[in-house]
Amino acid sequence: MKVDMTNVSENTMNISDLIYKYMRIEHLPHIWCPGCGNGIILRAVAQAMENMKLERNKTVLVSGIGCSSRAAGYLDCNSIHTTHGRAIAYATGIKMAHPDYEVIVITGDGDASAIGGNHLIHAARRNIGLTVIVMNNNIYGMTGGQYSPTTPHREFGTTAPYGNIDQPFDIAKLAMGAGATFAARSTVYHAPQLAGIIEKGIRHKGFSVIDVTSICPTYYGRKNKKGSAVDMMRWQKENSIPVEKAKDMPEEELEGKLVVGVLRDKEAVEYSEEYSRLVDAVQGGIK
Amino acid sequence: MAKTVLMQGNEACVEGALAAGMRFYAGYPITPSTEIAEVSALRLPQVGGKFIQMEDEIASIACAIGASVSGVKSMTATSGPGFSLKQENLGYACLAEIPLVVVDVQRSGPSTGLPTSPSQGDVMMAKWGTHGDHPMIAIAPSSVKECYELAIRCFNLSEKYRTPVLFLMDEIIGHLREGIEIPDKVEIVNRPTVVNPHPKRPAYAPTDDLIPAMAPFGKGQRYNITGLLHDESGFPTNDTEIAGALVTRLMKKIDNNYDDIVQVEETLMDDAKVAVFCFGGTARAAKSAVETARAKGIKCGMFRPITIWPFAEKELAKAMKGVKKIIVAEHNYGQLVNEVRRVVGPEKRIEFIGKVDGTVITPDEILAKIEEA
Amino acid sequence: MSKKLVINTDWCKGCGICAAFCPKSTLEVVDEKVRRKDGADCILCGMCEMRCPDYAIYIKEEDDD
Repeated sequence: MKVDMTNVSENTMNISDLIYKYMRIEHLPHIWCPGCGNGIILRAVAQAMENMKLERNKTVLVSGIGCSSRAAGYLDCNSIHTTHGRAIAYATGIKMAHPDYEVIVITGDGDASAIGGNHLIHAARRNIGLTVIVMNNNIYGMTGGQYSPTTPHREFGTTAPYGNIDQPFDIAKLAMGAGATFAARSTVYHAPQLAGIIEKGIRHKGFSVIDVTSICPTYYGRKNKKGSAVDMMRWQKENSIPVEKAKDMPEEELEGKLVVGVLRDKEAVEYSEEYSRLVDAVQGGIK
Repeated sequence: MAKTVLMQGNEACVEGALAAGMRFYAGYPITPSTEIAEVSALRLPQVGGKFIQMEDEIASIACAIGASVSGVKSMTATSGPGFSLKQENLGYACLAEIPLVVVDVQRSGPSTGLPTSPSQGDVMMAKWGTHGDHPMIAIAPSSVKECYELAIRCFNLSEKYRTPVLFLMDEIIGHLREGIEIPDKVEIVNRPTVVNPHPKRPAYAPTDDLIPAMAPFGKGQRYNITGLLHDESGFPTNDTEIAGALVTRLMKKIDNNYDDIVQVEETLMDDAKVAVFCFGGTARAAKSAVETARAKGIKCGMFRPITIWPFAEKELAKAMKGVKKIIVAEHNYGQLVNEVRRVVGPEKRIEFIGKVDGTVITPDEILAKIEEA
Repeated sequence: MSKKLVINTDWCKGCGICAAFCPKSTLEVVDEKVRRKDGADCILCGMCEMRCPDYAIYIKEEDDD
């Protein structure tokens, strides 16, 4: 379906109002594989924008490289698909220039924690008001299934034909360790709750990370005998523990489980506003 | 009234940038460009601008591009190793057509090299450092005054053509102190934009001069920017026709404006039989040598490209017509000398003076080559 | 206002997530496209819409007239 959007004024197609309003429908269906979880996460972002009545003209979506990065093209806002790993650095410039803009980063596990790991931890340290949503599929999907920093130990990728000897990152914990003032984890199975968590992340003043476990049946699933998209999502359902419940559980019982929900939400001075105050102070003659 | 002040080259670069409208700087400390970050950190908040010290060189250029897409004139500065690290995102700014000024205060390389020693070893990297075919504008100052004036020119060209511009300084000029006159008023160019755009207006639809007019982020034109080859809406494409047309347009928007972009200085070239080709800091030694040679009765002149890229081939070919011998002096193992050879042809005599040991080329060394039979 | 389930078969990639997680098991995938089972009792809960990666199934609200 090719649509010239400058001539479309009314939703008369088989498209939900949410998608019609927030996506560049002329570019749908998207390029992601059948059963890929990324589309679910992107829809949750649109739902969060709708819930918040976010001003799209002042909303910027920044992405890096990889499967996740293609999200930028689909969401109808100011969108920029940058270089591999650097989305957070680009987003930092946008937020600094315009602290009044909502700046949302959509990234992947490799993009955010391998090639872009330095930018993730430093943005967390500064507490700059970005919302970073990680489409975490535990694999490099765009390049065909190489192991990533979140591929579990002993699992397989095309570059780990004998099993992965690396230990994985927990991206939410990594960000918290670096000072992130908001961190949450969710999964694509938890889509009904996901928009609400993303909304909390966007509303949070300061650096937010939402580590969303996606599903990649095409590469990660196939390489590791995880079954179909449905099987992978079922695994998420059966192995997720709400953060409230996890608090009272011993560590051994949490081994291999996904603790979902808001892991941290605390207030601290936001960076771009702090710099604006510095400018005011300097211009006001305070040295 | 214009005022005269004593300034370092790096400092003059910042003052020029501020006069041109720079209101954002992102950088990472590296010798010998660090003063550019230090002065920016001090001066930007005074004029309502913003400074950020990023976690690395790559983040610095990425951050500066981010500020620029939201409409703020931005700059980053670095030196050799940092310039290597910035190359990927420099190409991004070329393709995405985002105005940006990148300063490279060249130092001796390769690798960490001689961090505090002068060099002009990055001139070919300036042109070809980032992968793929792309246009590049690079400008080299040879005095503190030019650090100020040409920094303004870098911003103006970057805005006018929506392309990154390289300010190719070198350690000699960056750390030189001279008195300069700060003018009361300078000419400022702002990027082509659109007011009250339709949200779906194709951002990359070029005007007749091949330069797209697009609103900055936040003004209602909700377009996509990408480092993938893209259609006029900014959406990625694999269409070979669109891809070819895009790269061709990027090259042509600079090629077609060669006369506006290329500047040279010709000193005593009218009757010259011997010419010294040089640029940046090396031009100072060359000028001295040419003056001494003239006093000795040798018909000698100096040709200095101020714009390094695009290469001043039209001016060079014309200026070298009556010249019997060209001395190319540059602080490297021989980079622009090959461009000179390409332009003047295989018959013309070229003598090369290069330095890769961190010392400077002296007027005496150039004079000796001028006097050589 | 009334609600109805809409399927956009052009966009459906047949992954089966909607069918597997439908609380009333009202959906099935046939020839790589989702469809409603005959006589199934859809409660219009919208779980399929939220989990569809391809925006191919949703609950439409319509004015009654």
